[in-house]
Amino acid sequence: MLGLGILKGFMETGRNFCGSYYDPERLTTVQYPEERLEPQANARTIPFLIYDGSDPIGGLRCTACTICEQECPAHCIEIVKDTAKKPDYLGKMQLHPKVFDIDTAVCMECGICAEVCPFDSIKMDQVFERAGSHRRLTLHKDDLSKSNEYYNKIHPAEAAAVDAARAEEQKKAQARKAAAAVPATP
Amino acid sequence: MNAPPPPLAPTGRSQTAGDLLEVSMGPHHPSTHGVFRMNVVLDGETVVKLTPVFGYLHRNHEKIAEKNSYLGSIPYTDRLDYICSMTNNWAYVLSVEKLAGIAVPERAEYIRVIVGEMTRLFNHACLAGFLLQDMGALGTPLMYAFREREKILDLFEALSGSRMMCNYMRFGGCRCDLPEGWPEKAARIGAGFESFLDEFEALLTGNEILRARSEGVGVLPRELAVNAGVTGPGLRASGVNYDIRKVDKYGIYDRFKFRVPLGERGDVFDRYMVRILEMRESLMILNQALHDLPDGAIIDPKVRLRNLRPKAGEAYGRIESPKGELGFYLISDGGPIPYRYRVRPPSLINLTVLEDMCMGHTIADVVIILGSIDIVLGEVDR
Repeated sequence: MLGLGILKGFMETGRNFCGSYYDPERLTTVQYPEERLEPQANARTIPFLIYDGSDPIGGLRCTACTICEQECPAHCIEIVKDTAKKPDYLGKMQLHPKVFDIDTAVCMECGICAEVCPFDSIKMDQVFERAGSHRRLTLHKDDLSKSNEYYNKIHPAEAAAVDAARAEEQKKAQARKAAAAVPATP
Repeated sequence: MNAPPPPLAPTGRSQTAGDLLEVSMGPHHPSTHGVFRMNVVLDGETVVKLTPVFGYLHRNHEKIAEKNSYLGSIPYTDRLDYICSMTNNWAYVLSVEKLAGIAVPERAEYIRVIVGEMTRLFNHACLAGFLLQDMGALGTPLMYAFREREKILDLFEALSGSRMMCNYMRFGGCRCDLPEGWPEKAARIGAGFESFLDEFEALLTGNEILRARSEGVGVLPRELAVNAGVTGPGLRASGVNYDIRKVDKYGIYDRFKFRVPLGERGDVFDRYMVRILEMRESLMILNQALHDLPDGAIIDPKVRLRNLRPKAGEAYGRIESPKGELGFYLISDGGPIPYRYRVRPPSLINLTVLEDMCMGHTIADVVIILGSIDIVLGEVDR
């Protein structure tokens, strides 16, 4: 019969309409500014730099090795090395970045910088409400620097693994140092 | 003395000379699925000539890739066909694996099949929704399709960190392992998709308006489809049994049982129906893959992601993306960046038969014929 298909279709629409009052599967809208979903543990937006301790600039893990600068597909990272060296968490002397800029207008949030960083220094953030009335789209070292506690809060599992690996390395380095300090027996 | 009779238009109706109308449809037109323009010459309402104009979204994808490392091109491939980033990643890493001779662990192959088939599911569902939107079913089918797509995108976000620009696959495997409970969630969403498909078909397939608008419209003859290099659901709707998952058996597709749905007439309705049936087959593959998912490594630990320098040579890797044959042709000169990088985009090549399909149909049909090809301008223009 002509029109039967349309009637069947209307029945489906009716079922969806009624279902949207009690079935969460059929009404998935989230009223965004009032209601918010928890971000997923893996979610990523722009990169940020991690610092240890309480000094957001002095405690930066970044050693200005420029691997992220070279690997960034959009070439949005700019690093200028500082000439002075500082000891890192293993006691090795390392360079530090004098300038670390990320042009967030260009950054495509792919996460390759975090993937290639050998010092676990650059990680992906989860902030997404970055609109503002200013035109400051290039973020500098002090904008990017965030604490390790913050990293632990947004990516708990990943951060715990990183912290464990770093503690292990630190222990090994201390053991090596202690072994070197003990004078060899004659 | 009488004037000579007016010339006959291709439609057979008499027509006074000189009143053909040329319409420029697009580039900002809701029915052109992106920044795409068609110059349509109309005789009344009937199309007598159609010229596609594209390039508005050209962003130098291939040239940029020839300046970036092999790793650095993966996020750019996400942005080719921005609906199906996972399959784009897959086609690219497959080419690099061929070029550099990298083996992929079993678990990674399974994960690739799972995410690839999920991509096909929501791409086809959304395409059906968009097609119905073009026919005038404003909103309803599209919103239902988007509701299901959101669930899969949530899974992708849990897996890769991003909903659409996944940047998930790497040569030699995948970037990260499945999170806790992911396969169970995927199986649940797959089961939900099955009932959604039943619902979607009840809503649409029997609908008289859809049938009246799509049957016999935009017929793509078999020979033309083959000669023009059309691939994907558009080719299979014309009755050609050619699915790269069956032909090449890339990855581990020889392990799964699935059928390749074929159309008979090659009209818009067949192209719609082939996609609906393909979704059912995709669900079958998805269930088998989730059932057999092995444990193990997800990436070959020996593979160098940074500073990959494949031996000098060339490779062409292709997969059956939801839109057709997506291939990447790479030439290496032994350096860290590809010497030549070329994409074989299915959308662009399927678009070449648009004029042949539209001839003699009305301008309202042009909209749905274009919709049934399934183009994404990110891929057409690159």
